[in-house]
Amino acid sequence: MIRFLFNKFLRLLLLLFAVATFSFTLVALSPIDPVDAYIGAAMLGISPEQRQQIADRWGLEAPPLERYGRWLQNVAGGDLGRSMIFNQPVLTVIGERFLASLWLMMAAWLLSGVLGFGLGLLAGLRPGSWLDQAIRFYAYTLASTPTFWLALLLLIIFSVALGWTPVCCATPPGVPLAQATLLQRLHHLILPAAALSIIGVANIALHTRQKLLDVLNSDYALFARAQGETTAGIIWQHGLRNIALPAITLQFASLSELFGGSVLAEQVFAYPGLGEATVQAGLRGDVPLLLGIVLFSALFVFVGNTLADLSYRVIDPRIRLGAAV
Amino acid sequence: MSTIAASAPLAAREGQRGRWGWNRRQRTLLTIGGCLLFFVLLVGARYWIGDGGLQTALDQRNQPPSLAHPLGTDWLGRDMLTRTLHGLVLSLRVGLLAASISALIGTLLGLSAAIFGGVVDTIITWLVDLFYSLPHLVLLILISFALGGGLQGALIAVAFTHWPGLTRLIRAEALQVKSSDYVQLSARFGHSPWWIARRHLLPHIIPQFIVGLILLFPHAILHEAGLTFVGIGLSPHTPAIGIILSESMRHLSTGYWWLGVFPGLALLVAVKAFDILGEQVRTLLEPKTSQE
Repeated sequence: MIRFLFNKFLRLLLLLFAVATFSFTLVALSPIDPVDAYIGAAMLGISPEQRQQIADRWGLEAPPLERYGRWLQNVAGGDLGRSMIFNQPVLTVIGERFLASLWLMMAAWLLSGVLGFGLGLLAGLRPGSWLDQAIRFYAYTLASTPTFWLALLLLIIFSVALGWTPVCCATPPGVPLAQATLLQRLHHLILPAAALSIIGVANIALHTRQKLLDVLNSDYALFARAQGETTAGIIWQHGLRNIALPAITLQFASLSELFGGSVLAEQVFAYPGLGEATVQAGLRGDVPLLLGIVLFSALFVFVGNTLADLSYRVIDPRIRLGAAV
Repeated sequence: MSTIAASAPLAAREGQRGRWGWNRRQRTLLTIGGCLLFFVLLVGARYWIGDGGLQTALDQRNQPPSLAHPLGTDWLGRDMLTRTLHGLVLSLRVGLLAASISALIGTLLGLSAAIFGGVVDTIITWLVDLFYSLPHLVLLILISFALGGGLQGALIAVAFTHWPGLTRLIRAEALQVKSSDYVQLSARFGHSPWWIARRHLLPHIIPQFIVGLILLFPHAILHEAGLTFVGIGLSPHTPAIGIILSESMRHLSTGYWWLGVFPGLALLVAVKAFDILGEQVRTLLEPKTSQE
């Protein structure tokens, strides 16, 4: 186990290094002038001397390799730089925003996992029934649905027409995040989480349905049935473990999709999370923040995949014992 | 999964004759024809309806769907049907171009990895893993930012991030063919690697390439629409679907629901059509998958 974690940690370092190099190269090759991006709208009021001062202050005149070396050194020491947009250290910005996003992503993740699994089971129990057809139609259609349009639709129906949910943001207007009650947070979380989870449900439902069909058509299920076991019993005793394994991989792999989806969903609901920060950083040329978010998201996806590996070791004894699967 | 088949009774769906006695191949060809017809009609409608509806007409602002304006009008009096059609065809064009480039890159890289093996294979596999280690949208935002944004940035970003899936697929397929008995025998008989690649590898790769290309369209179109929606991509002057939807957000709270519902629905239908087309072509070119 220690060996496993140590290997994973080494791979993480290698991955982060590769991602850092890749992103820095991209940004360094960008035609966007960092000084212009920093000054922004006040571009007309800046004299050439002041521009030079700004460039010197941020060290933007140095050759790219030197800038890369210095940035890498800082990152290794834990200093991801200062965000131009928020005028705070990048780590602080990411920390705050990630917490907000985490609520959203965990809610959507749980919802899509539970709902997807349930729908998949229902569909697989009676293949060919109208329920199965309805669930399959729903899943296939949703796979082609743009997330942001679905979010818009939910907004129109539930917030504007019915007035059940708020129109934007993570808290009621005027209430800072720290002072909001749990109920208020949840109330504002419902629609974004629903928007994010609805599409994740489709994939998991289809997969679970297929696996359940495989289980119910297998020899051991037939044998159990011949011995008098009910369908529910077959699924509970034999089916769940076989179905759960691929479902869990899918769930953890979907963390990457979730992060991307949150970029769009947060835009629609003006939810102040990491996705919205990414868009702002990209639009307004905030390079330290953008690079910091890229590194962080790589870390996030890696952690998700590692958790999937760990859960495998728990659920599947064959992997734990090192035997050939 | 053909939607025609999905609505027929169970027996028909399991491969037997459908509603009018059509067999599976006939149904597949019919579905493919239907999808292609849909696209031809879509492009035709866009050109037939012309630019008239794109003019501002301030005396017809914010009208709900009616006979004169089937999808309503927006806050400048522009006809939503015209805007949606124009936007859809534009988004489809951009998505198609980006997906084609991506499919080409993916196929070339996958083939190279399988044929040359060794260091080339390791590098390409490592590159694929690198692209998979980041959330897709974050990668898109990073690349289009690096390229200066705009249509060019978004197009290149989408084109250069959709290849990993196809690369993995084609690499696996090519490796499988390369290691099969008949190909090894062929090499023993003295055929050059070039001859083997042309005669043995290509017939397996081309169907995968075509299917992969068609199935890439939905992803590319949706991602491009998403990028445009958040403001990175096509400029707000072009009537792309993403722009239409992001602008409609400003008017949602006032209850003008037709601004957001119909354009998105149109995008959904178009993307779904590509999906169905891809699946049916796959059924045609790889009969093994047709009975799944």
